[in-house]
Amino acid sequence: MEDEPNRGEVLETTRGAMARDTEDRAAGTHKAERRQRGRSKKKPKETRTVRVHTGHEHNPNRHYANNRIKTTKYTVLSFLPKNLFEQFHRFANVYFVFIALLNFVPVVNAFQPELALAPVVFILSVTAIKDLWEDYRRHRSDTEINHMDCLVYSRAERRYVERFWKEVQVGDFIRLRCNEILPADVLLLSSSDPDRLCHLETATLDGETNLKQRQVVRSFFDLDCEFDPLKFNGIIECEKPNNDLNRFRGYILHRSGSRDALYKDNLLLRGCTVRNTEEAVGIVIYAGHETKAMLNNNGPRYKRSKLERQMNVHVFWCVVILLLMCLFAAIGHGLWVFQYGDKRPVFDVLSPEGAELSPVVAAVYLFLTLIIVFQVLIPISLFVSIEIVKVCQVFFIHQDQDLYDEDSDSRLQCRALNITEDLGQTQYVFSDKTGTLTENKMVFRRCTVAGVEYSHDEVDSEEEEVPPPGGSLRRDSSSSQQSSRVVLRSLSTKTHRRTGSRADAKRASILSKHTAFSSPMVSMVLVLVLVLCLLCPVSSVQCPVSSLPSDLADIMDFFMALTVCNTVVVSSPNQPRQKSKSPVKTIEDFIKRFTPSRLTSGSSSSSSSSLATSRSSNRGCSGLLSSPSAESTLAKLQEEQAALGSAPPRYDGTPRSPEDGELRYEAESPDEAALVYAARAYKCSLVGRLPDQVTVELPHLGKLSFELLHTLGFDSTRKRMSVVVRHPLTDQITVYTKGADSVIMDLIKPPDTGRKLSHELVLRTQNYLNLYAADGLRTLCIAKKVLSKEQYACWLQRHLEAETAIQGREELLFDSALRLETNLQLLGATGIEDRLQDGVPETIASLRQAGLQIWVLTGDKQETAVNVAYACKLLDPEEEILTLNADSHEACALLLEETAKAFLPNFAPFEVYPPSSSSPHSAAFTVHRLGLVIDGRTLAYALDQSLEDRFLAVARSCRSVLCCRSTPLQKSTVVKLVRNKLKVMTLAIGDGANDVSMIQVADVGVGISGQEGMQAVMASDFALPRFRYLQKLLLVHGHWSYSRLANMILFFFYKNAMFVALVFWYQFYCGFSGSAMIDQWYLIFFNLMFSAFPQLVTGTLDKDVSAETLQQLPQLYMSGQNSEEYKPYMFWMNMIDAFYQSLVCFFIPYFAYADSDVDVFTWGTPITTLALLTILVHLGIETRTWVRTHVSLFFTVSLCYNASCPSCFSPSNPYWSMQRLLQDPLFYLLCVLTPVAALLPRYVQLGPVPLPLDLWLCPVPLPLDL
Amino acid sequence: MMASSYNAKEEDGHHSGASNNGGAGVVKSKKPDNTAFKQQRLPAWQPILTAGTVLPAFFVIGLIFIPIGIGLYVTSNNIKEYEIDYTGADINDACYNCAKNFSWNSTTPCLCSVPFTLEQPFESNVFMYYGLSNFYQNHRRYVKSRDDSQLNGDRSALKNPSKECEPYRTSEGKPIAPCGAIANSLFNDTLELYHIDSNGTRNAIPLVKKGIAWWTDKHVKFRNPGGNSNLTVAFQDTSKPVNWRKPVFDLDPSDPENNGFINEDFIVWMRTAALPTFRKLYRIIQKKPSTTPTLPSGKYVLEITYNYPVRSFDGRKRMILSTISWMGGKNPFLGIAYITVGSICFFLGVVLLIIHHKYDTRNNSADIPS
Repeated sequence: MEDEPNRGEVLETTRGAMARDTEDRAAGTHKAERRQRGRSKKKPKETRTVRVHTGHEHNPNRHYANNRIKTTKYTVLSFLPKNLFEQFHRFANVYFVFIALLNFVPVVNAFQPELALAPVVFILSVTAIKDLWEDYRRHRSDTEINHMDCLVYSRAERRYVERFWKEVQVGDFIRLRCNEILPADVLLLSSSDPDRLCHLETATLDGETNLKQRQVVRSFFDLDCEFDPLKFNGIIECEKPNNDLNRFRGYILHRSGSRDALYKDNLLLRGCTVRNTEEAVGIVIYAGHETKAMLNNNGPRYKRSKLERQMNVHVFWCVVILLLMCLFAAIGHGLWVFQYGDKRPVFDVLSPEGAELSPVVAAVYLFLTLIIVFQVLIPISLFVSIEIVKVCQVFFIHQDQDLYDEDSDSRLQCRALNITEDLGQTQYVFSDKTGTLTENKMVFRRCTVAGVEYSHDEVDSEEEEVPPPGGSLRRDSSSSQQSSRVVLRSLSTKTHRRTGSRADAKRASILSKHTAFSSPMVSMVLVLVLVLCLLCPVSSVQCPVSSLPSDLADIMDFFMALTVCNTVVVSSPNQPRQKSKSPVKTIEDFIKRFTPSRLTSGSSSSSSSSLATSRSSNRGCSGLLSSPSAESTLAKLQEEQAALGSAPPRYDGTPRSPEDGELRYEAESPDEAALVYAARAYKCSLVGRLPDQVTVELPHLGKLSFELLHTLGFDSTRKRMSVVVRHPLTDQITVYTKGADSVIMDLIKPPDTGRKLSHELVLRTQNYLNLYAADGLRTLCIAKKVLSKEQYACWLQRHLEAETAIQGREELLFDSALRLETNLQLLGATGIEDRLQDGVPETIASLRQAGLQIWVLTGDKQETAVNVAYACKLLDPEEEILTLNADSHEACALLLEETAKAFLPNFAPFEVYPPSSSSPHSAAFTVHRLGLVIDGRTLAYALDQSLEDRFLAVARSCRSVLCCRSTPLQKSTVVKLVRNKLKVMTLAIGDGANDVSMIQVADVGVGISGQEGMQAVMASDFALPRFRYLQKLLLVHGHWSYSRLANMILFFFYKNAMFVALVFWYQFYCGFSGSAMIDQWYLIFFNLMFSAFPQLVTGTLDKDVSAETLQQLPQLYMSGQNSEEYKPYMFWMNMIDAFYQSLVCFFIPYFAYADSDVDVFTWGTPITTLALLTILVHLGIETRTWVRTHVSLFFTVSLCYNASCPSCFSPSNPYWSMQRLLQDPLFYLLCVLTPVAALLPRYVQLGPVPLPLDLWLCPVPLPLDL
Repeated sequence: MMASSYNAKEEDGHHSGASNNGGAGVVKSKKPDNTAFKQQRLPAWQPILTAGTVLPAFFVIGLIFIPIGIGLYVTSNNIKEYEIDYTGADINDACYNCAKNFSWNSTTPCLCSVPFTLEQPFESNVFMYYGLSNFYQNHRRYVKSRDDSQLNGDRSALKNPSKECEPYRTSEGKPIAPCGAIANSLFNDTLELYHIDSNGTRNAIPLVKKGIAWWTDKHVKFRNPGGNSNLTVAFQDTSKPVNWRKPVFDLDPSDPENNGFINEDFIVWMRTAALPTFRKLYRIIQKKPSTTPTLPSGKYVLEITYNYPVRSFDGRKRMILSTISWMGGKNPFLGIAYITVGSICFFLGVVLLIIHHKYDTRNNSADIPS
């Protein structure tokens, strides 16, 4: 991990340096700026000033980066030094270069110095070639991008001319056409759109496919004629380039001295596509590498896997073993020299200088020599091999058809290249609920308006179930049984046993997609709306809407709020947007349009008659409407409806009217879209949204345009959003607010100031909300507030101040919103269903069987979350549920204590978990059949440092944990806590922006590329289209990746240890002189050529168990969780095995050739061969799947090995020795005997010990199936 | 009709997805190819390593190895070998005086003779070896101390030997040919073998010195500079190795073809031994055409010209006479090893079979579903 974070920085600075040679100076300053920004927060200048390039003199913006991008790291000249420098960040490379250089010292050299350089050079060049290739590809794509065309205004020619992207500079005017991609970050100055809008598709940036609207800067808004760049004379002051896509602040300083605030809504970002807009003109603010898109482009992520961390420990041990071996031999050599004393034997050659070496000096020299000789022990090719294998694994995971989602045409993406094996070791899964477990496709289910509940059932048209005639408008009390189960928010641990079938949950999961609205409420509301709308215009002056019967007004308001209070964009993507028919603006206009013929087509005769009366007298109207109570009106309507149609209207698959079919709503959150669609189903449809006006189409009335005064967007702190609109007919200023029930309820006007019913209404609504939540619905409260002109003016003033502020604008706007959203009047609440994704319960069940602990962290309400948890089998009806709700720190502590005492008898209160001393596997057996449910507030207390241990102790012994109402920060804290305290491998999966922090904290982050944009995917290591794919990803690919890599790494250690040990044993027979009987070529290239290759193939293709088996038997996954394939003791077992095998491989030839006329290398060659054979046969035994390629590879390698021999020419000069050996029967006899003898222990071990495969053949009852 | 709105939303994602591509042609599916390689379904042989497949291997190995081992052991036992230690370390030894007084600096050769008796006649070709013990020909600096290109007849290397030869590179300002420590320590004892008749006469046994080196060594690896014509001229301006008595071109006075770098004794010596106790082929006693054995049983005398000091490093010198078989010299080890490994395999097979039998029955009764 040490070197990896630097990568980004290196890249960053590199990019800076790369900026065109001609603009050296500019690049230099730019680089300096950038560095300053990176290192310290102090900036010499806080803002960037963009002036218009007037054509003469220097471009005032020349010191800003131009639009040429260069993502390559290297140039032809800088490639070698820079690449080497980067490679030397890896310690192993430095080590090997050090050893190679040591060889150049004559006293200690062991090999031909040039030869010793070869493997290092090989490894370095392999990496370098890989880097070069990647860089070249980047270069090609850069060139392609740099040479795209765009229209830039040329002052000389006084028109827009075609230019390459790379020629665009800050301050240039750019003309954009429909479907064009933006070359740089551009401030929108003009648009052909009648509303001065520009529609953008930002999919390449954040993956959100809905269209975004961007607005022309306010002062250019009224520009009627075409924008003339020559006339532009403002100076733009804005932020320094930063990577926040959702932030842009600044202002234009006009010549006149007036200032215009600039928002993110004015900025078009590079990489987006212009849609629905014929033409737009803008000025470039940020170009090239300073664009937000480029600043956001961090490239792939680098993490270090658990296996690699483990491996590094063992690499360290290898170094220790190496040093010990060298030390031993060095002492041996010292003694050996010492025993001869002054009588120098002929074979003890003097040093080159002719000096006689004292035993001590000789030993020191020898120590260094042996480090060179034994260097093979540290597997030089291991790192490269691991990288290659991982790339192959990523490739295979990518290619898996089972992980391809037909619907979204997306497949799994591996964004992190080097943690594939962590997938096989995960122990805890932290999942988001919405969008991850569920579809995040919202279906409007129920609503309560003014304390009356309406259900909105779906009819399963596929299953041909005849719906109850007359629909199902029911005043919902059928679930009274449920209401008794409402969990009390109190200081108590309520545990209740859930029995019986969860019918509701089941229903939720089996609902098919083809459902239709059939509620008669549609017609009812239609009528109501009609009535209401008829009344409004006439009474607008004299009779304010508030005088209407509250129920009807509320229903009207309720649907109005649903339609208006959102940020949904209406799109008709096929052609550029035309200004819609001018909406109704005045009462006269309205009346003019409102023809009687249309009216009579209405379904209700009473309403038409009421119109007739209302025209003449408004008194009558109010009287008519106020006389019947709300109840009776509804009852009447109900009857009418029942009479009207016994069968509800059925949907036959074609849109009713083409106009309707064309309307598409693109919302930032699917909830909003669901609400708007629901409102449209009730004939209150949103037909247009512009920055300052919302057009609503009402039945028989046509379009009605509300002036949209303000939109106070949703944020997670306020948990609500509001719009301020002016009613077109009444001119009333209304605030519509919708948001989470918990916050809205607190903002409702206190009863004493409001109507009498208000308090009761709130209570009833809250009651329904609880019921909705119990059914697993997502709830939202809708409220409104009518503002007087004075109030509004007062608020507006401060709001405008906030809007134009440059510093701390967010905070000011936030405060401003808070001021507005008070004393609300509750209209009602909605319940939206979020369906479970396909296969979620099965996936959870099998993941759990695989020994994974699954925690769900959600921002949803406790009741909703619990119900979804039941639906997806996370909680079991048989289980005890532990609910933790506490209001204070002390209460929380007490609660945890009590819980622990009650349910965990063995629990010691202040037990701090020793880092995985007890294997988590064994812990899984002690897990209680408990489900833990904790809410956000309690979680906040529980995550406090003093309580976290206790909390963890409780949580880890529960089978499933559900954290509701948790904030993104809490999510990540929980993950961090579990990861750090329990020392387990964690996986976080989520789909939304609120999961990003959790995804980043976890060892493995998985993003669902779903509805909520790409933030989660951008932060993730793996991106899945669906939750259920997690099963195959973990159980199959994770298992394979882990077992392949684990085996490969162990094998590398074994192989090298065995090979080096051969040379070590030889030291006893050559006076510890550092001599090697194995030819130096073999010794050096053994790792690279002879043995690494088959190992690579095995590491990529071996399957210990087939994919089907792995999925059928999730239990097999536990081997990875417990690191069973690579445990520390296994390293040592392998080492011992290696030593044993090397002893056999050494001493069998030793005795076979003892006291013969064999020479060093004629003897060493068989040993090499034997070792290689042993290693390959060993690999063969370890390999579970013999792909044909293996067998042929063994032969290829052997042949290479043989063929390489006569050609190699070295001081040892092994010329023809192989050929002679091949004529020698003794050689073959050895080849048969030695591997058999060497591998006997391995083979014996295979005998009685059952392999995972045996497990499959004769399955044993598994412990987790309790 | 109410559903129309809902359904429009359902298709929502799809529509906008299509419009993303600006309607430019058919959207290319990202679906991965369904090939065996990419889906990791390559045909593979997956040996199921259960006791049932592992156990027979033990028996098979045992059954093959034991006969091979017996065959090798018998073959090795049929090889005849006779060994004499003539170091002269012990006071009673014939060469004690030579060994005691001799050093590299001695100029006069010391002669000694060792009598011995062959109990059994040696049939076919007999190979005569000299053996050295405790002589670390495999010492790292020793092994390196040679110049292969010089030995290959390279003239420039002759004049300017490789640095590896230090400190035996030059002597008295002239380059040493052949340079290096290996050449310098050339074994230079002369061994002669006499058969003593029943009537006491000494018959010299003809020792062939041709063909003791590898053919490739003699003809490819080692060459004299400037061919074999007039070696005296070729080795002009070179110095003999320090420990040598005679220059390199005068190693074998009897055969001019066996002088210089291609002297076979020299070549044999230059092939450094793998282990500190080694033997090197010295002469071959060729099989006589008649039916009489090459070396009949009886008394023999080994005449030694003692030139090579080994006492300084506690070395031993031996003379070995040996016949040879298809598997090389006498070495019972391999036969024994085969028999041992074979037996172990067989034994393990039996043990595992017993263990497995118990394990398996327990397993069978317990949980193998039908």
